[in-house]
Amino acid sequence: MRELINIIFTAQFLHSVFRVTTPILFASLGAVIANRAGVANIALEGIMLISAFFGVFGSAATGSALGGFLIALLSGLICSGILALFTLYYRANVILGGIAINSLASGGTVFLLYLFTGDKGSSTSVASKTLPEIAIPVLKDIPFLGDILSGQNIMTYLAFIMILIVAVFLGKTTLGYHIRAVGENLKAAESVGINVKLTQTIALLLSGLLCACGGAFMSMGYLSSFTRDMVSGRGWIAVAAEAIGRSNPIITAGASIAFGFFNAISTAASTVGWASSLVQTIPYVSTLIGLFAFSYKEYLKLKKR
Amino acid sequence: MSREKSFHLLRTTVALVIAMLAAFAVIFMVSDTPIESIRLFILGPFSKPRYIGNIINTAIPLIFSGLSMAVVFQASQFNMGAEGIFYFSGAVISLIAIWVPLPVGVHQVVIILAAAVIGALIMLIPGYLKAKYGASELVTSLMMNSILLGLGSYLMTRVLQDPMASNGSYPYLDTAKIPVIIPAFKVHYGLFIALLCVAAVYVFLYKTKWGYEIRMVGINAKFAAYSGINIVKTIIIAHLVSGAIAGIGGSVESIAMHTRFEWNGLPGYGFTGALIAMLANNNPVSVIYAALFVAYLSTGADIVARLSDVPAEMSTILQSLIILLIASERFLHSFKQRWMERGIAK
Repeated sequence: MRELINIIFTAQFLHSVFRVTTPILFASLGAVIANRAGVANIALEGIMLISAFFGVFGSAATGSALGGFLIALLSGLICSGILALFTLYYRANVILGGIAINSLASGGTVFLLYLFTGDKGSSTSVASKTLPEIAIPVLKDIPFLGDILSGQNIMTYLAFIMILIVAVFLGKTTLGYHIRAVGENLKAAESVGINVKLTQTIALLLSGLLCACGGAFMSMGYLSSFTRDMVSGRGWIAVAAEAIGRSNPIITAGASIAFGFFNAISTAASTVGWASSLVQTIPYVSTLIGLFAFSYKEYLKLKKR
Repeated sequence: MSREKSFHLLRTTVALVIAMLAAFAVIFMVSDTPIESIRLFILGPFSKPRYIGNIINTAIPLIFSGLSMAVVFQASQFNMGAEGIFYFSGAVISLIAIWVPLPVGVHQVVIILAAAVIGALIMLIPGYLKAKYGASELVTSLMMNSILLGLGSYLMTRVLQDPMASNGSYPYLDTAKIPVIIPAFKVHYGLFIALLCVAAVYVFLYKTKWGYEIRMVGINAKFAAYSGINIVKTIIIAHLVSGAIAGIGGSVESIAMHTRFEWNGLPGYGFTGALIAMLANNNPVSVIYAALFVAYLSTGADIVARLSDVPAEMSTILQSLIILLIASERFLHSFKQRWMERGIAK
């Protein structure tokens, strides 16, 4: 235990908290936008996985990390477009539609991985590119703080900037107003001439783009290759973070960072020799407890009324 | 048959045909010998008695997971926990199957009952959190799956792992195993346990008060509450029953198809169970046919993967597509309108 606590106060550990928070943060912000428009995006996990896959193969095909990133974004857009088509236009149950996309992602990426590489486990044989890490001038020279905040992947900075962008987008822009109006009262929004379906579609597409950022980071930053089911529940943890944050981007981000912290703890604990199979469950246990605590609080509030 | 029901049948059939056509398209794109691959995919599963037996044996766990999902779906609960329970109950009952000597017959019964209890207890967590506090059972059950995987593999590495086996537990005692019925087909007696469960769930859902309450809560929870149904209790019961079935499924699969515990990861029955429940329109009897069909698809995909150049994950892609189509209310909607109107006009 002491060993673990010692690790927690190192710059290296705090640096890793930001790193592991990144994909969860992107996805949970995606969940915020979709949920604010009144459509739960349950496919976060699958969209991240698919864009992680296309990021790797896109970067190998175009020979540039930027090309891979753009292809990952495109794949996330297409995926969320399919989800929007089925749930909004063909009225599929949102949850079942999401479950289908997730499983399509899990099976489809392995299918394609095998076709392209002859391997069902990982894409290490593919010469893919990674997104750059950025040293921030001045900041990087500050001891301790510089070690934590500088030298992160470009996507990590983007994720944290996104918190503000999403907050401003939802709070201050016309489209953001429309999204919130549709989510809060569909009929009222319709009566003042807002195109409900279009607004919800846009919200799902934006949510897909954010997931794609998380996915691209997974395979082109967090790791430098694609491995099967590499998202491993991060999309669901993001769903929980969004629920705890009650669709508020700032609180949701806070919850994501908390889950990222437990994710980092889990990695750190396995390096000090704790049983890895148990330690791996820490992020999920913390999510379960977090969700329970939140629901319990809501329950008490309801009961008081 | 009512027009509503025959429409569901028609819609399911059309969805399956479209999904199959999509599978053919995929095969044409990736295979060097597409015609041969398609022939293997369609006819392969019937070409040998062993393959037919394989369809039935593959269908057995799917019947359990389909039933498990059908019960929670009937209550409009989206719980994906069957996945983790299959795995974890398999791991825990391995303790009994390896180290507790009991006479033949008693041994299997003890194992299956223990698994049912384990499954029900696990489901109690997401069930209670949802019913009482409104925590999303979808998220909690998925988190539970990952946690159960961790606990199961801890049990495996610390207790079950046989140092002599490369990747498996100590072998099960002979008294614990479920034997095969007909050697040529290799179909095992778990089939009867599965059918027994189908009958039990049917009676439970359609002939008992609790089953009625589950269905009412599923149709309209508010209305059910107004008419005096205890929603918290009903949702918890649905979860307990669902968990018990999944637990039984995990134990039967372990002691019938394996001689030792050797699952390295979640076996994937939870998701397929959701598909089967949907294909069956959450009807326990239809679950049998749906499970056989999905087992046929995956056997076909396996054969193609072994004898040709199309990866077996094709069956997952197919299954996802079928779910998307069947879940879509608007799919064939205008046809449904005309079909129902004609029924009323008569």
